[in-house]
Amino acid sequence: MKILLNGSPQEVPETTLSTLLENQGLGGAKVATAVNGAFIPATMRDDYLIQEGDSIEVLAPMQGG
Amino acid sequence: MRDFYGTQLKNGLMLGTAQYPSPAILASAFAQSEASVATVSLRRESGQNRAGQDFWELIRQLNVHILPNTAGCHSVKEAVTTAHMAREVFDTKWIKLEVIGEEDTLQPDVFGLVEAARILTEDGFQVFPYTTEDLVVAERLLHAGCEVLMPWGAPIGSGLGLNNVFGLRAMRAHFPDTPLVIDAGLGLPSQATQAMELGYDAILLNTAVAKAGDPAAMARAFALALQAGRLGAGADPMEPRDMAAPSTPVIGKAFLE
Repeated sequence: MKILLNGSPQEVPETTLSTLLENQGLGGAKVATAVNGAFIPATMRDDYLIQEGDSIEVLAPMQGG
Repeated sequence: MRDFYGTQLKNGLMLGTAQYPSPAILASAFAQSEASVATVSLRRESGQNRAGQDFWELIRQLNVHILPNTAGCHSVKEAVTTAHMAREVFDTKWIKLEVIGEEDTLQPDVFGLVEAARILTEDGFQVFPYTTEDLVVAERLLHAGCEVLMPWGAPIGSGLGLNNVFGLRAMRAHFPDTPLVIDAGLGLPSQATQAMELGYDAILLNTAVAKAGDPAAMARAFALALQAGRLGAGADPMEPRDMAAPSTPVIGKAFLE
């Protein structure tokens, strides 16, 4: 199914948010996630089933002022 | 120095982590400044380069307090969601709350700021609001639960210094017990000294150090400027006066006409 991952269109299998992160090489990484503008805590990623058209943001520590 | 949500900082220097020529120079600037707080942000992560993971390792080694920001957020919803994500990633209740209202000046949207501050405070955050020197807005922020205020000195990245000394002085006088931080707009160490002389507790800066030709030297200069300002302010400065007053005693002066 088609989703937006950090703004880029992606074709991904039906899966959970946790598995998506692992498939993207971010398993165990220090990241936070949001789906369709709503924060999804790490503890809920196993339970979140990705839906067609979801816009998923995966954010990590970055330089800031 | 007043404490920040129960945390006593070793000094009043909060330093940003953006725009340095290299990670090594960033680390060197922090070492030279002895800053007690580092501001950080959140951005999209890619599994290919995992840049955020490397950056996090660098920040951990600085051994300073972490203050995540909501930089670039233009709405309450965006800022609140970013704050939640930051709390999870950085494992801190502290959040430097920015809700930007205007692009040319990066002036805070103070209406959205107050609303976001209230939402986040109710959710257990300890909010450091990037605000203006407006006393009414400041009152609203305190009422929303903020225990720290961070008025701008000048627009972010401008290096103009303290644009409204009267307003900043009034803010210090009006909120004698609230920790106050000059956030944004500083360009020179002398401006940091001036902030301390006004009785401010801390400064938060980034561009002035990161974009200097020698960031490490500039970081040291700001650290020393802060010390000078704090020492001077604590030494009960003289009152300025309009007319001259001779400092050398007149009594005993020779008559040589």
